[in-house]
Amino acid sequence: MPEQLLFAMEVILNGLMAGVLYSLVALGFVLIFKASGIFNYAQGVMALFAALTLVGIMEGQVPFSHLINAVFGTNIHEFGWQVPAVLAIILTIAVMVLLAIAVERFVLKHLVNQPEIILFMATIGLAFILEGFGDLMWGSEIKILDVGLPQGVSDIVETTTFGWFGYGFFIDKLDMVAAVIAVLLVILLTIFFKYTKQGRALRAVADDHQAALSVGISLRFIWVLVWSIAGIVALVAGMMWGAKSGVQFSLSLIALKALPVLILGGFTSIPGAIIGGLIIGVGEKLFEFSIGPLIGGATENWFAYVLALLFLVFRPQGLFGEKIIERV
Amino acid sequence: MNALTPQAYTTADGREIGDILMEIKNITLRFGGVVAIEDISFDIQQGEIRAIIGPNGAGKSSMLNVISGFYVPQDGKVWFRGAKRPAMRPYKVAQQGIARTFQNIALFEGMSVLDNVMTGRLTHMKTGIWSQALWQGRAKTEEFENREKVERIIDFLEIQSIRKTPVARLPYGLKKRVELARALAAEPKLLLLDEPMAGMNVEEKEDMSRFILDVNDEFGTTICLIEHDMGVVMDLSDRVVVMDYGRKIGDGTPDEVRNNQAVIDAYLGVSHD
Amino acid sequence: MIYREAGDFSASYKEDSQTFPIRFDRIAFYAFVVVAFLVVPFFINDYWANAVLLPFLIYAIAALGLNILTGYTGLVSLGSGGFMAVGAFASYKLMTSFPDVNFAVHILLAGFITAGVGVLFGLPSLRIKGFYLAVATLAAQFFLVWLFNKVGWFFNYSPTGIINAPPRTSFGFEVTGPAASVSVKYVFCLSFVVVLALIARNLTRGSVGRKWMAIRDMDIAAEIIGVNPLTAKLSAFAVSSFFIGISGALFFSVYLGAVEVADTFSIQKSFLLLFMVIIGGLGSIFGSFAGAAFLVLFPVLMKNVLTGWWGWPTDLATHVEVMSVGLLIVVFLIMEPHGMARLWQIAKEKLRLWPFPH
Repeated sequence: MPEQLLFAMEVILNGLMAGVLYSLVALGFVLIFKASGIFNYAQGVMALFAALTLVGIMEGQVPFSHLINAVFGTNIHEFGWQVPAVLAIILTIAVMVLLAIAVERFVLKHLVNQPEIILFMATIGLAFILEGFGDLMWGSEIKILDVGLPQGVSDIVETTTFGWFGYGFFIDKLDMVAAVIAVLLVILLTIFFKYTKQGRALRAVADDHQAALSVGISLRFIWVLVWSIAGIVALVAGMMWGAKSGVQFSLSLIALKALPVLILGGFTSIPGAIIGGLIIGVGEKLFEFSIGPLIGGATENWFAYVLALLFLVFRPQGLFGEKIIERV
Repeated sequence: MNALTPQAYTTADGREIGDILMEIKNITLRFGGVVAIEDISFDIQQGEIRAIIGPNGAGKSSMLNVISGFYVPQDGKVWFRGAKRPAMRPYKVAQQGIARTFQNIALFEGMSVLDNVMTGRLTHMKTGIWSQALWQGRAKTEEFENREKVERIIDFLEIQSIRKTPVARLPYGLKKRVELARALAAEPKLLLLDEPMAGMNVEEKEDMSRFILDVNDEFGTTICLIEHDMGVVMDLSDRVVVMDYGRKIGDGTPDEVRNNQAVIDAYLGVSHD
Repeated sequence: MIYREAGDFSASYKEDSQTFPIRFDRIAFYAFVVVAFLVVPFFINDYWANAVLLPFLIYAIAALGLNILTGYTGLVSLGSGGFMAVGAFASYKLMTSFPDVNFAVHILLAGFITAGVGVLFGLPSLRIKGFYLAVATLAAQFFLVWLFNKVGWFFNYSPTGIINAPPRTSFGFEVTGPAASVSVKYVFCLSFVVVLALIARNLTRGSVGRKWMAIRDMDIAAEIIGVNPLTAKLSAFAVSSFFIGISGALFFSVYLGAVEVADTFSIQKSFLLLFMVIIGGLGSIFGSFAGAAFLVLFPVLMKNVLTGWWGWPTDLATHVEVMSVGLLIVVFLIMEPHGMARLWQIAKEKLRLWPFPH
């Protein structure tokens, strides 16, 4: 096979892997949107917040240490212990559940029946609160997240592909793990939605709020539940991303790319989120590879959004959404 | 069925009914596989009150939506003022002089009553954005001329006292009246009323009926209304179209329709076999 | 306040459509403008101009623009930062290409160029709405910033990619460059603010404004009563971008003097403007000013209190500030979606009945 084609194939594979991460964030959006009709802009910041918390707990950081030091003139930073990754993950999940409860209690409850655009803007506010809060709690310096996931280029893939094509593919081991975890997560969520009582209640709410209320499903519980699940999904995404490029603010901006993913895949479709993520991942890598050098590079900054924009103009309902008939 | 070639005539109360204003010819409307309207034809004459009645789900609202250009029928044509109407966007239909009200009130909730009624005049206000930005000359005079027309309608419908009230704060009955005011402000050649009496108590219905008759009498506005309450409609309208399951089952004066066997069956519920 | 409204006594439509129906308000407003033009420039110092007044005036223009789009027409935009960048780079290209032309003309032209770009990115609004549109405007934000960062023609191939405003004059006064006095800068910006605010007021009280609001409140009904959605939405995008473009041009040339596009006009700027509009009041001219003033003053205040008085480190103060702004947004959306402008109105209504509220 010609060198150029193999190179393109490698780009596609790497794009798929990056796409998995977009899909993970998009998944959190879809969950919340399905259950409450809220377009949760804060999902990306939730991933950042989850990753920050995870690192903080693992490293034994004292929460709000900067603030405490500034107010009381103390000089504390760390407890001096290290928490094992598994325990830290469980604790972080607990924090995310608390966050879900707080969001329901202090924000959502007061915004029932508001136009969706108001809710959307409220989640932008929420994103800022979380960003400030996370930084205040754990500090804003770039952190290294190491939960023991494999790092570096996979030798097996490289040698195998070299054996086949005479050209070794460079695939990050972490990306492969991310892909596997994403698949597991989707399977788990599917099982949850299909076979558990809460899952069924969730689907009922997604179909029709009023009807779900009338058969005795507590909307408030469902919201807490779905925000908790979204929080856990955010944690998974934050972990993968944090392990890959460090836990820092830019993480929440990369997570913004989940928005165009949703436009492609439709706002209510879990498979749509996955496929949309993969398309964006591959699309932007291929575009950068083929067109990027001609127009100055760094096209990944905008490719996803412009693709989404074109989609919106020509197929507003996304790949999997249904056409909406408007009524008066 | 009658009224094949409608003639100009004078009603018992002395109103002049003129030539055909609108002719609906063989309209068929489908949503996917569902047939909402099947091969319906009728006409509306200048100056008359024309009603479309029928049980729930008969396709009345769809018919109105076809007339106001919101739905484009798969088959058939609408003739308006002697010309075949091409498929056009709803705002173009409005600019031709067709105004309407809605079954589920569609007022602009963020604006005052006055501003809502002023939106009815938008099809008549032509000054460009430049002139308006400077608020000099044309823009200003046009605003005041139209304001005067709107105030006349506000007086006519007796809503002076709520002029500056945000629409969102009004009770249901008043909202319906404001909506009528907005439609009237457009000085339409044809006024469509979508269930103007829905959800009202007897007193409000009487008020609304009076306003509809007054509008027709005073401004000579041609009115086409749909309603599922037969009683009110029969007293109000000059001619009635009856629909059931998307088909026309009767057309004529209220008396003719009342004695039509198919209509009686549809309303009293005879099994369809 | 030293008076109370008693009722509505307008005897003519002209009287009824005044901006300030109450004589006292009108006089107070004129007095305010006179003081702003004739007194303030003589007392202004560098700190007040650069920390408060100039950013306030310039942001007020952008907030007015965004309010026309989001508050009056109901189209949420997250691309304002990108549109400000268009204004900035348009003015830069004009300044460097035609150095002898009155600088005010450049600013106006920059506004028109931005209006054109805005219409282009507004086209999808014809098919989509709500947060779908918000995502589409993100495309404008990221694409425009990338464009001005990568294509050398826009920054005259300067090796750093930074654009610097050369000294330019308007009506004989030097407005840009290091030698320009803050008084001149202030009056220059203030003039734009006053004229643009009047234009915004005029547009929103007439038929154009009603078309926008009709689209905002119920777009389907608006179309059925005769509003052409194409022209209504695109005119909102054009006017809004015109304002934001002028704001961006002033921000770069008069206020900062030098700009690195990815820093100055990032998505954070889009959010800042959106927050000004939400906190100030969606669909209110006064609200645009209130929101701009608030979000200019708030960080200054926070900085003074937290770092100045209490001696906190700057980064900590920034975190608290970010969090407080987010908190304010949520609180305003929950308690008063129409922002500070509506609070002001409620206060006036209460005062009208006080002390007998029933």
